[in-house]
Amino acid sequence: MLLTTERSSPSLRDLPPVADHRRLHLVIGGHVDHGKSTIIGRLLAATGSLPLGKLEAVRANCERNSKPFEYAFLLDALKDEQSQGITIDAARVFFRTASRPYILIDAPGHIEFLRNLITGAARAEAALLVIDAREGVRENSRRHGTMMSLLGIRQLVVLVNKMDLVGYDGEAFARIEDEYRAFLAKIGVEPLGFIPVSGREGDNIARPSAAMPWYDGPTVLETLDRFRSEVADADKPFRMPVQDVYKFTAGGDDRRIVAGTVETGRIAVGDEVVFLPSGKRSRVATVEGFNVEPRREARAGEVAGFTLEEQIYVARGEVATVAGQPAPRVATRLKASLFWLGRKPLETGREVVLKLGTARVPARIEAIHRVLDASTLATDERRDRVERHEVAECTLRTVRPIAFDLAAELAGTGRFVIVDDYEIRGGGIVREALEGGGEGQAAWGRGQIDEARRVERNGHTAGLVLVTHGAEAARALEAALFDGGAQTAYLEAAAGRVADAVPVLLDAGLIAVVDASAFAASEIAFVRDTAGHELTVVSGPAGDVGVPEPAAVRAVLQEKGILRS
Amino acid sequence: MTTAVAERRTSTDHLDQLEARSVHILREAYANFRQLCMLWSIGKDSTVLLWLARKAFFGHVPIPLVHIDTSFKIPEMIAYRDRLAQEWRLTMIVGQNAEALAAKRTFPDGAVDRITCCSLLKTEALKKTLSGEWPRRRLNLATGQYEVDRNREPYTGVIVGARADEEGSRSKERYFSPRTQASAWDVGEQPPEFWNQYKTEFAPGTHVRIHPLLDWTELNIWEYIQRERIPTVSLYYNHGDGKRYRSLGCGPCTQCVHSDARDVGEIIEELKSGKFANIAERSGRGQDAADGGGLETLRRDGYM
Repeated sequence: MLLTTERSSPSLRDLPPVADHRRLHLVIGGHVDHGKSTIIGRLLAATGSLPLGKLEAVRANCERNSKPFEYAFLLDALKDEQSQGITIDAARVFFRTASRPYILIDAPGHIEFLRNLITGAARAEAALLVIDAREGVRENSRRHGTMMSLLGIRQLVVLVNKMDLVGYDGEAFARIEDEYRAFLAKIGVEPLGFIPVSGREGDNIARPSAAMPWYDGPTVLETLDRFRSEVADADKPFRMPVQDVYKFTAGGDDRRIVAGTVETGRIAVGDEVVFLPSGKRSRVATVEGFNVEPRREARAGEVAGFTLEEQIYVARGEVATVAGQPAPRVATRLKASLFWLGRKPLETGREVVLKLGTARVPARIEAIHRVLDASTLATDERRDRVERHEVAECTLRTVRPIAFDLAAELAGTGRFVIVDDYEIRGGGIVREALEGGGEGQAAWGRGQIDEARRVERNGHTAGLVLVTHGAEAARALEAALFDGGAQTAYLEAAAGRVADAVPVLLDAGLIAVVDASAFAASEIAFVRDTAGHELTVVSGPAGDVGVPEPAAVRAVLQEKGILRS
Repeated sequence: MTTAVAERRTSTDHLDQLEARSVHILREAYANFRQLCMLWSIGKDSTVLLWLARKAFFGHVPIPLVHIDTSFKIPEMIAYRDRLAQEWRLTMIVGQNAEALAAKRTFPDGAVDRITCCSLLKTEALKKTLSGEWPRRRLNLATGQYEVDRNREPYTGVIVGARADEEGSRSKERYFSPRTQASAWDVGEQPPEFWNQYKTEFAPGTHVRIHPLLDWTELNIWEYIQRERIPTVSLYYNHGDGKRYRSLGCGPCTQCVHSDARDVGEIIEELKSGKFANIAERSGRGQDAADGGGLETLRRDGYM
């Protein structure tokens, strides 16, 4: 026998079982008919996770229909009940071992379900990938591997199944391990290990296999309890995408709380915070919470809130960081690997909306560098469109700067989704920040006068009011704001031209009033995104202000911190 | 003091994780939906949801709470609702199918069966209240009286306390689930949801249901009520007659279960190891009738 014990997953053997009793999210993938269902059925039976009598009922049913019992039937029977006639998507299976509970997401082998696979697998902390020992590495073995890598699943174990059908041959196992390891290396994934199993016979699932003495690593069940829960990392640089700034005045509350979920790192009272991309700074005055003991620190994974020493204006979409720590990139161009799920292909030049952390900004596909077949890894460098289910390397350009990290450094703030026509239709991870801006605000050049000086002169920050009640109402509103002492501008043009002009007016510190009555809902959204939500008030039946009353608009402008109270 | 707190913080347990995800979702909903409301059935799940809103917004509840009053709710539930609304300064909105009640087209009046009654007094009333077609009554905190609310705008974001473990179809819900104008749910064509990014954009005429409690189990709910000391209706507890409600609904259609649990701790014990163990675990599926209780049937009846 060629195989020595060194070949069989030294990394797996060295992992100690964890003493963590929190629920672990697990995804299982693999090519159609490579035996996922049988393995899941085995795991459910071995952990006593089946409803009473279920095993017996399925066995009896097999006998009646004179077909041999298979563990896969168990899963089918469970799914039928779970689905109650509804098409299965990423089915969740619940079970527990002696040490902790698991949610197992069964990744559908069919490509049509990629959307559901992503929904299920993106939350997974570990993955099992099943490969048939006879058939070897196939299309979906590779595709699932690629997707799991893009989704950032760090713990992967490969199960080489149906070993009974190849006579428990160690060399067959070694060949598949070599081939698949080489494939994974190309996409930058290092698996924790490979386990030779037989779902049908139960080898190495819940008990060691007498038929494969050459394998001395852990069984699948033992391996599960070695996966580590993904814990938010408090030792990395502090990142908190700002979800909102709350000022609830009820009951005399005068706290102004910056709220968000801490992706990484920690922050404490007295720390200097830098908000990006604006670059505004202040110090943490208090860490807030409701029905918790008073505390001075917030850490990764927590939904936090803090107040600042100075009243600076920050808004949703910025990233809170701590001065002195490695800062995120701020740019309008970035290179990314992305996967596309939309029926309509994604073409060069297409306008989309990019959501990264809490930032939401229109972007254009500047270039498609190469399209990758997620299964064969064959690349095509001459394409100008990305079809559904393809993976591509692209350069994206945003209309205004955003703050982000490289996915390889900080995953949480290094990935984004693409929204197109109201739906999330793609996702990607940032590989590189690029120089140069193009059409953003910076395209018009920057003078010596900074924002603070303009605010001091004008008595307000820049803002945008989109009025959908008609030109007359828009003109009257501009006049009222102007007469009230604001520096204003008025625009009445097609949405595209307005979107071009708005950044210039905002840079000049003006409050721009736009007649948007002829704009479609998507155009209003586009112009609003160009300026940023925090700077924009939409006045109209479905907007922030229902009526074009100057007083009502003024109140919202004050609420947003654009006009002073 | 700081050390003790820091220690508790490093060992975040499963309740902390569930709480964090739910709070994150509530804040996303609040940031993205102008016409947002939260359904409050007065039951334990939606009361936990309400508490999570206080967590998310630092003691405040800046989202209106919508309660559909069938007029057959157990009186204690209504008293509890109005008491908390005052105490927590809630924007309390109540909707009702006044026509059906006036015409006595209800099950307790003997005019229709249970299912029809539910669809008239609950489903229909909910749809028309959310759309603004029927008047909404709003609690005036100064007078303690309900008055007709001036806001008739349709709610485009509706926060609901549904849990995935309640029944099979709910295990396929997303956190942000789009609904068409007719409130229909297209299970096959659901948007993907990953990396904390949700469907927060929607076409005119559609709305989004938001489910912050999707990952919670019945046991988690009670554990959290215990940890946070959330006030609950006393109907959930046995007051000496060996009976209590496991879920709350209309008086005529909700029955007690046999249980000796007198407080939250005893309910948790009962769910973990007592007669109710395995039921929540098993996603409330029918095959568990083997555990002898007809409890499933009870629960479904009470649950509606």
